[in-house]
Amino acid sequence: MAFLSNLVNGISLGSIYAMIALGYTMVYGIAKMLNFAHGDVIMVGAYLAFCAAQYWGMPPLVALLIAMVACTVLGMTIEKLAYAPLRQATSLAVLITAIGMSYLLQNTALLIWGANPKVFPDLIGLDSLQLFGGELVIKGATLVTIAANIVIMVVLTLFINRTRMGKAMRCVSEDRGAAELMGINVNRTISATFAIGSCLAAVAGFLLCSSYPMLQPTTGSMPGIKAFTAAVFGGIGSIPGAMIGGILLGVIEILGKAYVSTELGDAIVFAVLIIVLLVRPTGLLGKVQREKV
Amino acid sequence: MTETMQNAPQPMLSVQDIHVYYGAIHAIKGISLEVYPDEIVTLIGANGAGKSTTLNTIAGLLKPKSGNVLFEGKPIAGLGASRIVPAGLSLCPEGRRVFQQMTVRENLEMGGYTRKPAEIEASLADMFQRFPRLKEREKQIAGTLSGGEQQMLAMARALMSRPRLLMLDEPSMGLAPILVDQIFGIIKELHQAGTTILLVEQNAQMALSVADRAYVLETGKITMSGDARDLMHNDNVRKAYLGS
Ligand SMILES: Nc1ncnc2c1ncn2[C@@H]1O[C@H](COP(=O)(O)OP(=O)(O)OP(=O)(O)O)[C@@H](O)[C@H]1O
Ligand SMILES: [Mg+2]
Repeated sequence: MAFLSNLVNGISLGSIYAMIALGYTMVYGIAKMLNFAHGDVIMVGAYLAFCAAQYWGMPPLVALLIAMVACTVLGMTIEKLAYAPLRQATSLAVLITAIGMSYLLQNTALLIWGANPKVFPDLIGLDSLQLFGGELVIKGATLVTIAANIVIMVVLTLFINRTRMGKAMRCVSEDRGAAELMGINVNRTISATFAIGSCLAAVAGFLLCSSYPMLQPTTGSMPGIKAFTAAVFGGIGSIPGAMIGGILLGVIEILGKAYVSTELGDAIVFAVLIIVLLVRPTGLLGKVQREKV
Repeated sequence: MTETMQNAPQPMLSVQDIHVYYGAIHAIKGISLEVYPDEIVTLIGANGAGKSTTLNTIAGLLKPKSGNVLFEGKPIAGLGASRIVPAGLSLCPEGRRVFQQMTVRENLEMGGYTRKPAEIEASLADMFQRFPRLKEREKQIAGTLSGGEQQMLAMARALMSRPRLLMLDEPSMGLAPILVDQIFGIIKELHQAGTTILLVEQNAQMALSVADRAYVLETGKITMSGDARDLMHNDNVRKAYLGS
């Protein structure tokens, strides 16, 4: 039973990684850049949900919606102001800008909300599920996280495969020049990608803090790095890869902490990543790079 | 319409003294050319002469540093392809560049990206009629098509936007002679069906044989232009591009 409980917790944590990893992987696939400020958008989303619920007295769902809308706007603004002007610049310049943006968000949060951790309230308010006569207890937040992730996966997959904008994203991701020749507005596509990734980051921030209720300006960093790892693990640029990579990473982390060593939990995660990349340099579902002629 | 306007047709495409740079590299050094309605015009030249750069600039992938591009009288330079394609100008790029991971049908649908769903359906039916091979492979992933099939897909995809002017960049590249004949057959058919064509080719023999007029490009400049048949018999052209 303890194993089952760990597994469920791992899937739940992994679901959060998956939601964040989707933002990394879509932005990488479509804009060909690593948006290292992505993890901090999670933190902003969590703070906004916190403020909306705690200070402005909003119901939980409204608090979540406020965070989602605000992060969507934030993501698009960051792209427009910081990254779009660097479209022709070297990838190193873009990377450094992204790191700078990450610090800007963290320090702004420090300025507004201070360094003292806030205790995130229980906004989900769902009773724990008792299974096997109370031997297996699954928390409400855990259930909601897993369910939310399933919904996100299904909706995103449909979006990418069926809608006009989703198909445009696949084209830009595969060949930006050819996509332009179809009449696709690449700038708008990239902006939409940031919007989706940042909106998912807000959901992830809300759910992360619902399970791990400690909120401070650096809250987004570690999950951000782990989710980035998950995206690489699954094959950066691949949407199913980010989903699978995220969940596997969460499960490995929780099981590693439970059965190997609590202190080494994170190290195990990165060790697995290194092994996977040695065997499959493009990640689990990554495309093998095609030579351009 | 007045008599004089009928006698002097307006060019469909008019490129006026464009200069294009890649960073510090001055790739196009003042090119001017015209394409009139219902013509096939070809642009020939050696590797690196600037043929693709010229087409990519007209299509809106590149911005000229100076000069103008007019399509049906309207300036289009620097507008970007997302506004040039719906105006009726499309480019089938060098190297085909079909979306490898999408199906044949999805590729064609993307070609009609700027049009309404009902129009896309109608054009799809047209394309499947003109290219029966693509109909057979409708659900196949484009990356698994043969080179010739990919070229046909690329051409059909470019036609999905119903262009009045179609630009083709080396459609015969890397194809067996029988396929080259087939591709040129299709070009002639498209022309007869009313599409104006600007064709870039290294296969100068074939290009000059289908074209009405031609321009010869050397290191970013036009060095000769005129009637395609005249150029085919020009000694300099024969030596440089026809290997005789
Ligand atoms: N992306 C680029 N960056 C820098 N220089 C480029 C780039 N693309 C082309 N060039 C240069 O511009 C010049 C013209 O190239 P272009 O591709 O237009 O030639 P082309 O006539 O189409 O040749 P080919 O017959 O080989 O296709 C060449 O000297 C080429 O090296
Ligand atoms: Mg070329």
